[in-house]
Amino acid sequence: MNRTVLDLWVGLFVIAGVAALLFLALKVGSTSAVNTSDSYEVVARFENIGGLKPRAPVKSAGVVVGRVADIRFDNETYEAAVTLRLDKRYAFPKDTIAAIMTSGLLGEQYVGLEAGGDSAKLKDKDRILITQDAVVLENLIGHFLYGKAQEGAPQ
Amino acid sequence: MLKRSIENLGNRTIQGVWRIGFAARFFLAMLLHSGTAFRRFGLTVREMYFSGVLSLIIILVSGLFVGMVLGLQGYETLQRFGSESALGTLVALSLVRELGPVLAGLLFASRAGSAITAEIGLMKATEQLSAMEMMAVDPIARVVAPRFWAGVISMPLLAALFSAMGIFGGYLVGVHLIGVDEGTFWSQMKSSVDFEQDILNGVIKSAVFGVTITTIALFEGYDAPPTAEGVSGATTRTVVTSSLAVLALDFVLTAFMFRGLN
Repeated sequence: MNRTVLDLWVGLFVIAGVAALLFLALKVGSTSAVNTSDSYEVVARFENIGGLKPRAPVKSAGVVVGRVADIRFDNETYEAAVTLRLDKRYAFPKDTIAAIMTSGLLGEQYVGLEAGGDSAKLKDKDRILITQDAVVLENLIGHFLYGKAQEGAPQ
Repeated sequence: MLKRSIENLGNRTIQGVWRIGFAARFFLAMLLHSGTAFRRFGLTVREMYFSGVLSLIIILVSGLFVGMVLGLQGYETLQRFGSESALGTLVALSLVRELGPVLAGLLFASRAGSAITAEIGLMKATEQLSAMEMMAVDPIARVVAPRFWAGVISMPLLAALFSAMGIFGGYLVGVHLIGVDEGTFWSQMKSSVDFEQDILNGVIKSAVFGVTITTIALFEGYDAPPTAEGVSGATTRTVVTSSLAVLALDFVLTAFMFRGLN
């Protein structure tokens, strides 16, 4: 085989391979991890986080604004301390509400942020004071059955 | 009788240990002599043609069909739960994380690995390697190292092509044949495939497989008894050993890479 033809084929092979890698990187995947340099962290405390996991999205008005960085159990207050890493481009008022929600009926859980009216903004290492726990299906059914039983009971 | 069988066991153990040591020395010598593979890059390019370019057809066609089957089967399962929109995610994640590197590795082992073993085994059988040594040319530097680096460079590219082709096949079947919405197919895929976690780990996997397969193929060829039977046995052993090594290593790598995800 001629040397130049061989070189040409190998060159084409390498270009195709790199193009495939680029296709995977740009079209198929996304760098969802928010960089530490352009993000800030806030802590929210929940009594029950349900099935929330690290790296779950943090959404506000349905838009992803950050990720769950860390989940720890606080042994003094018996609460879950969830660290949220938010994109620096988005600032939220101090009285923002953090709620754990589920996308769809059985989908993954995420943290929803609902902006309040305070003029002061959340800063790095701040704490979100108002939180809303995850809805646990068993508790919900329990409440429902309890309510039904009360309804049916003779007064 | 008993003494004979114990002797046999001992002999086999010594042989096995000796072979492992020889393989390790061979690997080290190959790395030490890699300079030639880069200084005379033409040699490596030539081997990349034989192990990479000539494997393209089988890799691309297999990737396309694997992706198409994933599209059909994935849809069949997902639609039972009413989540056809996750088809893109299913196809992309299974290809990028597992099927791409592993299947490309298996195909590479049987397409290129066997050829490398047969070539080097025959070179040894026809005393071409000894002739090189007589001319003060180190066969490890001249013959083995370029083939090693060609395989290591080709393998990630082939795996990426396999994954890309598979995703294209899944897209063809899912969107054009079955009728999953095109927008959801791509956007769901994009939102759940992470560049570092999934794609980069897949590339690392395929590079590790490339090192493993080419090392096994080169060693088996170099170590083959210089007879027709010896070369054929070595070729078979290359395919069997490297396929098993790819599958076992895949488990180990997956356990390390994706264990901390949840």
